[in-house]
Parts: sequence; C-alpha cells; structure tokens
Amino acid sequence: MKTKIIAAIGTALAIAFGGGAASAGPTLNAVKQKGFVQCGVNTGLPGFSNPDSQGNWTGLDVDVCRAVAAAIFGDAKAVRFTPLSAQQRFTALQSGEIDILSRNTTWTLTRDTSLGLNFAPTTFYDGQGFMVPKALGVKSATELNGATVCVQPGTTTELNLADYFRAKGMQFNPVVIESFDEVNAAFFAGRCDVYTTDASGMASIRSTLAANPDDYIILPELISKEPLGPAVRHGDDEFFDIVKWAVYASIEAEEKGISSANVDEMVKSQDPTVQRLLGSNPGMGQALGLDEKWAYNIVKLVGNYGEIFERNVGVKTSLKLERGPNGLWTNGGLMYAPPIR
Amino acid sequence: MADHISVQGHPGSVTSTDDRETASAVVKPPALALGPLGWVRANLFNTWFNSILTILILWLAYKIIPPLVNWLIINSVGPGEGVTAQACRASGGACWAFIHEKYRLILFGLYPYEEQWRPIASILIIVGLLGVSSNRNFWKPWLLAVWAAAAVVIGVLMWGGVLGLPFVRNTLWGGLPLTLILSVVGLVVAFPLSILLALGRRSDLPIVKSLCVTYIELIRGVPLITVLFMASVMFPLFLPTGVTIDKLLRAQIGLILFASAYLAEVIRGGLQAIPKGQYEAADSLGLTYWQKTRKIILPQALSITIPPLVNTFIGFFKDTSLVIIIGLFDLMSASKAALTDPAWRGFYKESYLFVAVVYFAFCFFMSKYSQWLENELHRGHKR
Repeated sequence: MKTKIIAAIGTALAIAFGGGAASAGPTLNAVKQKGFVQCGVNTGLPGFSNPDSQGNWTGLDVDVCRAVAAAIFGDAKAVRFTPLSAQQRFTALQSGEIDILSRNTTWTLTRDTSLGLNFAPTTFYDGQGFMVPKALGVKSATELNGATVCVQPGTTTELNLADYFRAKGMQFNPVVIESFDEVNAAFFAGRCDVYTTDASGMASIRSTLAANPDDYIILPELISKEPLGPAVRHGDDEFFDIVKWAVYASIEAEEKGISSANVDEMVKSQDPTVQRLLGSNPGMGQALGLDEKWAYNIVKLVGNYGEIFERNVGVKTSLKLERGPNGLWTNGGLMYAPPIR
Repeated sequence: MADHISVQGHPGSVTSTDDRETASAVVKPPALALGPLGWVRANLFNTWFNSILTILILWLAYKIIPPLVNWLIINSVGPGEGVTAQACRASGGACWAFIHEKYRLILFGLYPYEEQWRPIASILIIVGLLGVSSNRNFWKPWLLAVWAAAAVVIGVLMWGGVLGLPFVRNTLWGGLPLTLILSVVGLVVAFPLSILLALGRRSDLPIVKSLCVTYIELIRGVPLITVLFMASVMFPLFLPTGVTIDKLLRAQIGLILFASAYLAEVIRGGLQAIPKGQYEAADSLGLTYWQKTRKIILPQALSITIPPLVNTFIGFFKDTSLVIIIGLFDLMSASKAALTDPAWRGFYKESYLFVAVVYFAFCFFMSKYSQWLENELHRGHKR
C-alpha cells in the first residue's frame, strides 16, 4: 500500500526530474542508443576506483569500463560511473540501473548463478594474506600458532582466517576491530602480532601507514582466492561477449607487445594474430557486432592490461603491487586470453 | 568569583615598620591573598579536592596541548609547490597540503571541475536565504515567493542545460551543496507535513488519526539506514525492468519521510502543552478549526517547541551523512572518497577535522539562531 503510494509519487517526481530512462531489449542496443556505458564502481578503493582531485574516476576497475566504452564507441569517455556501496551493487545491476558492475567483486558460484550475474574474465587475482613485524622472526603463515591477529569483523576475511587456522590445527587470538582505519592503526601500534586483509591492500597500507615500512613483511601464503572481475546481467549474451573480449583483448595486446605507444605501428604488423586483433585483417569486430577498430581503440585509448595494471596499482604507484598472479601466463601469471580468431 | 573580594578585606597579620607613623594607613592584606596569586589560592586551591582537580587538569593540559599545537601548527605542512604526501608523512604534523589538494573534491564531490562556481553560487544562495529568513521582519508572504524563486535559480545553476550552462546530471552532485540540498529540502518539505501529522494524530476523526499514528509509529520504529536502504535497494526491485528512479530523489524522499515522523512528535508535544483554555477561548470566539489552529494554537505551540525542533534539525542535518551507504557523495562521503587517492593515503585526521569544522559551523549557527529566536518570541512571558 505505502509502497504503491511512494511508487506513484516517485514515478511522477522522477518524470518531473527528467530521470527514468526506460529501456527494453538487450543491453547492447540500449547502451548504443543512449551513447554511453553505465558502470557501477566502488565509492572509493585506492587503485581500483577512486575519484582524483578533479573528481575524475581513476583505477583498474574504472579502466575496465573505459575499455568496454572504447570497444563499443571508440571513445573511452563514453562511460558514466555510479558509485555503489557493497550492499547496493547487485541490486543496481539486477534492476538495470547499471550495465556493468566493475566493483572489486569476487567471482563465486552463487553470485554467478543465483544472483543472475555473468562474470567476465578476472581482471585482478587477489587473495587474503598476512603481514607481521619483521622482529617477530616469522617466515611463513604456518608458524603463526598462538598469534594475536588483527582483523575486521563481518567480512569473508574473518571467516577465511578462522578456516585457515582450523584447517592447520593452530590456535589464534582475534583482535576484532570494526573500522578499517582503526584496525590499521592497532596493528602498527603493536596491538597484535599479525594483520590479515586482502593482499592487494596490504602493501599500500604498509607503505603509507607504517612508520618504517621495512620493519614489516608480508608472508608468502595467500589463504583465499579472490578473483575480481566485471559482471553483467544474465540473458544479455551479446553484451557479455563484448565485456569478456574487451578484457581479453587488453591481455592479448600485452602478450603481443602492443601498447598505447606503439599501437599505430603495430597496425602495420605482418603477424596474423596482431592483424586480426587490431582489425587490419577484419572479421573479429563484425563477430562481436562492433567496429573492426574495437581492440585498436581499447589499446590506443586505455592501454593494454600491463599498462592498466602499472598505471593504477603497479610498483610505481603507492600501492606498489608486483604483477605476481596477475602477470601474463608466459611470465608465470594467470592472465591468459583465448585465441582471438 | 565573588569569594576573593572578601579575602582582600581580610585583616592579615602584617608586620609593618611604618605602623606608628601612619596609624590611619590601611593595613595591607598578606601578599599571598592579593592579586592573581590570591585569586588562584581562593578559587583553584581552596580545598584539597579542588587542589587535586586543578593539578590533574594542569597535567592533562600539559599532556594534550603541546602535542596538539605541534601537530596542528608547528610541524604541519602547508600547501606549496611540489609538496607531496611523502613530505607530509615525514613531517609528523598535520598535512594541510592534503586539504589544499582535495578541498574541492570534499566540498563539491564529483561536480565537473570547471563548473564548480555553480555549486558555490548555490551554497551562497542557500546560506543567504537562510540568513534573510532568520530575520523576523522578513516573515511576510513574499518570502515564500523568494524561496520558490531561489529554488528555481538553484535548480538552473546545479542542473544547467539552459542559458549556456552545460547540463550536469544530479548523480554528479556532491559535497556541501548536496548536504545542504538534502537537509534544507528535506526539512522544508517535512516541516509542513509534520504539522499535518501532528494535528492528525490529535484529531477526532478516527481514520485520519489512525493513519497518522500508523505512519509515525512505522517510520519512527525503524532506523534511518533502513529507510534509506528500502528507498535505494528494495524499491528499484518493485519497479518494472528498465524504469529507474533517480537515486538522489529516492534518498530525498526517504529523508523527508523520516524527518516528518520525528518532527510530528515534537510538534505534538507543543500542541499538548497549550492550555485547554486556549482551545476553548478560540472556540468561543467562533473560529473554525483551521482558523483556531493557524491563529491561536500553532503560533504558541511552535514557539515553545523551538528547542526540540532545532535539536531535530541539527540531528537531521548530520543524519544526511548516512547517504554514504547508498553511494551519494555528500560532504562526509566526499571526504572519505578524497582519502582513497593512492597518492594521498592515510590523512584521515586532517580530512575529518576539516569536515567537522564545516559541520560545526552550520550546527553552531543553527543553535545560536534558535537561542536568539527563542528570546524574540518569548518576550511576552519571559520570567
């Protein structure tokens, strides 16, 4: 009853406000019609999606959306960002408020199935790790029996921690602190022996918040798998394909040594795989329902995967992440694009 | 303070060599009972308990103030050419360079950088309008028209799309203007609504009464976060696919619903405090219900409810920061977003302090104004 009244008022006001873009049919048509990709991102996660001082979105998750926009429109700016909290993100995608969810979302079976999402390839392999003071003399997570561990409550981090210690038959004393800032402060103030959180965040926390970053080491073990990637709605296979291959194209480009700097020369390459990728040998764009320049535009306007990684989270940024599992398969990483042919 | 005056007149045991020569001379009190030292003895160390408290407070001040001054001023790093986050971290003091770098993001959120004079103008209009409206001499019908005109001007400024102003979607609004819009629009709409609800709850008409009671109890019975969640997470699922209602609008409606329920109870408190004789007197004059309410009851009820009303206003103003959970960049969430720049991480204290100062300025103004207004309106029966 009340909802209906609200709905009626809301709809009337929404029309007055000029909102309420009704769209039917496959996402791709709707996207092409409105002329931009609506992309759901994190309200602020350093290196993945955060507004810079001018209010422009930057980050790895943001660049994934820009790559999709570049593939569809040949314009990396044809994208609008909707900052989303963790609770909102799936509703926003399901209700059609956004076209792509690129918000450090872990790909799990239940999300892929019962939530009605389709996960495009993983753009960042994360995992939960441990950080300890060097003075503790610990070299491996298996030596942590009896340790006090700083952890944030209510996250999968806390559950993974308990799982790991139980599986190893070890004891630990959790120091559970709600706020992210406070849990960081507590660890560096020496409240606990070990700090556990996502490995991607750990290096940057160490480099920015520790009095002397060299006093702390990150243990080699990762105790959980967190493959983070963009997701789209079920039932829009055409659009899903585009998001999927936009990510693959950026990985393939890195493997073939194509970067935003040399892409214009590489167009003239004699390598058939490069020719197919960059559209000098047409066919791939047509198969996706896009312009033949789709991959060229991704590399030219956004960069290959390596460039995206290094620009946002790489060793030159304050996050100081090594490629590790996010390296190309040819370098022992997990980034592997199926053949583009 | 009055104590030490009597101490000065205390005839102490002064041993003056001049006693015989100037017998009529005033006997001076002991040096320790005079001047600042005397005041300190009389007020800060007059009992053993006060002495302990004084020493404790002095010790606390010694512990707190020097590090605070060091952090705030002496070791702080101001804005300047090439001042980086590294320099800030090395200094150990407050990093005002961070605020300098980020104040536009904090104050205006994601509003396009080149167009930010528009939110500035909007803030000035809102603040100016609040200032004008706070003067009783301007409480005339034309003030409503001024508000309506200002709302249009602010809408034009913020959205644009006409008069050569580029269009700015309201999903990009943020920072202080968003906080002000959410709270001012929220209160302006919720206030009349709450008066109706309060009157309805005291009504003799059973249906009206039960509707109002249900509404108030329902909304008041759930946390604001729940209302916002309903508005932003549940509500879109009830709509047909593809139809989306503006996120800002949803949040605004949620806030209005919430504020009106709380304000209604505050106003009902005022209505109940009006003596029965006032109602009967109005009735005996032959006034209709609405005449009675408008001319006799509400003016009195509203003026006695000023303290709790302003209390609710201030609370509501700060509650708007809860829109962080639905991804709107109000002042508070914009400051959090500013902290996520990889180049400038970890300057929480500076960021929160800056936002706290802005919030305090507005809340302090509201509080001071309400005190002044109370004085104005209570002239008739002030004791």
